[in-house]
Amino acid sequence: MTPGDRTLALRTPRRISLLRGIRRDALVGWLFVLPALSMYALFVLQPLALTVQYSFYRWDGIGPATWIGLSNYATVLSDPDMRETILNAFRLVVFFSLIPVTLGLIVASVIHRVATGRLGAAARTVLFLPQVMPLVAAGIIWGWLLALTGLVNQFLTAIGLGGVTRAWLGDFDTALPAVGLIGIWVLLGFCIVLLLTGMTKVDAALYESARIDGASWFQELKSITIPSLRYEIGVCLTVTIIAALAAFDIVYVSTAGGPGKSTTVPGIQIYYTAFLERQVGLASALAVALTVLVLVIILPLQRLTRGSDR
Amino acid sequence: MRIARGELYAGRALLLALMAMTILPFLSVFTTALHPSGTLPNGLDWPADPQWGNFVEAFKVSNMTALLASSVFIVLAVVPVSLVISTMAGFAIGLLRIPGSRLLFLLFVFGLTLPFEGIITPLYYLARSMGILNTRVAIVLPLIGLFMPFAVFWMRAHFVNMPGELSEAARVDGASTWDLFWRIHVPLARAPIASLGILMSIWAWNQFLLALVLVEDPTQRTMAGALGAFQGHYATDIPLLCAGTILILLPTLVLFILFQRHIITALLQGSVKG
Repeated sequence: MTPGDRTLALRTPRRISLLRGIRRDALVGWLFVLPALSMYALFVLQPLALTVQYSFYRWDGIGPATWIGLSNYATVLSDPDMRETILNAFRLVVFFSLIPVTLGLIVASVIHRVATGRLGAAARTVLFLPQVMPLVAAGIIWGWLLALTGLVNQFLTAIGLGGVTRAWLGDFDTALPAVGLIGIWVLLGFCIVLLLTGMTKVDAALYESARIDGASWFQELKSITIPSLRYEIGVCLTVTIIAALAAFDIVYVSTAGGPGKSTTVPGIQIYYTAFLERQVGLASALAVALTVLVLVIILPLQRLTRGSDR
Repeated sequence: MRIARGELYAGRALLLALMAMTILPFLSVFTTALHPSGTLPNGLDWPADPQWGNFVEAFKVSNMTALLASSVFIVLAVVPVSLVISTMAGFAIGLLRIPGSRLLFLLFVFGLTLPFEGIITPLYYLARSMGILNTRVAIVLPLIGLFMPFAVFWMRAHFVNMPGELSEAARVDGASTWDLFWRIHVPLARAPIASLGILMSIWAWNQFLLALVLVEDPTQRTMAGALGAFQGHYATDIPLLCAGTILILLPTLVLFILFQRHIITALLQGSVKG
């Protein structure tokens, strides 16, 4: 529409009322969005902008703040403790994400072949249980199971491995894998159930004909299950990777980041730096780094899974 | 079906083993909770003289009634409001397609991957300057904001698939935008609203970081926050800690067993859409 057309259109009374109507509708529509948008802006976007702002200052949370440019970011990248927390986040990805998703795929495909009906339904409920309870509870329960006299060591002694028993969460070498084990326990059931649900949507005839041809479990997994479940696998990876990178509850309760810094992940470090050491600027720089890290890893994953067919 | 008998049994055995691994931790916590308070029992060991009184003791020292009331208050303050405002926003973005709706949608989606740790520090100072630090309001308000990206995303996904004819017909009958929303589209959106309600209730109940940072008094916190505080006090008394953990978990377990199908479906849909 050229400007000339518009003046012409505006001259006809019907058009005028229509335009006014559209403008009024837009206004009413925006009023519908306003409450959600303002809560989001006030309590998420505003603090996010403040995190970025804090990250350029040295501030103890009480006194005056000093502008120090990018030096908090330099500290995040150069300080060995800070770098270690980010490395720990990636180590947790192995336990929280790669193991549950791989294992989940294997287990779900086995269940899909052999367990239908009652057993399958019961398994779904039981395996999903860790997913609905607070992560804090998982941390406390496993804190006890992995303790010196806990169930894990009791079991190891019973099968003749009494020599390896130890306080798993208190040992520099085993604390991180032990925290990882808690993550596996929480997230494996979720992955299994999600992947199983995806498998029931795959055309049953596909599996039927594969089985008539005598396909083995592995052939079925490789040529039917994995290609058809690309989307579900992507969802599992997304959820579990975020759980690993942004881990806080489980670690805080089971090890509090120790012993030493061996299980300190960015979330824990942010909490300590901001609220115990009172270095608000440094904590904010790490928070910005974590936020960007999650985005940079998750975005390509989304593109990959939603790519061609959805 | 041509599945060998051996494979069938092996597969079922694997499944049973996994179920056992999920349940055993709970059993261990349960038997431990029955040992005399202050002792250090073995992982899985039925006590000679079960101390059922530990549960009463834990109920008293954890101030369970106050904890329950606090968590219920937080859920009731967060969930209904979040449902209403996110449904309205999803309706305007997905169905009315107001000018700028694409941009608004992207703005909300941006918040989906945001880790809570990324904004927790300013939230503390914000709550302090608003004078709501150490009150439940300090958990409620940010939680509503933090739920918005997912909730709006979820409701938009529903409204974007509603046929346009429905709204046009109502418009011809002279319905206002509010009528269209409240009388026609909200009743049709009952299922996604219910699922969203379940999801947000679980997330609010289990929220830990906000409670830890913004509220010191456990009786003003969420259930997860209260559990964290309980552990802080009774970390050395393992039987009592286990009894308290079971008590605090009990409401979640009961609700999960009662509504397991709805909850599992909602959580799965939630992750697939998110």
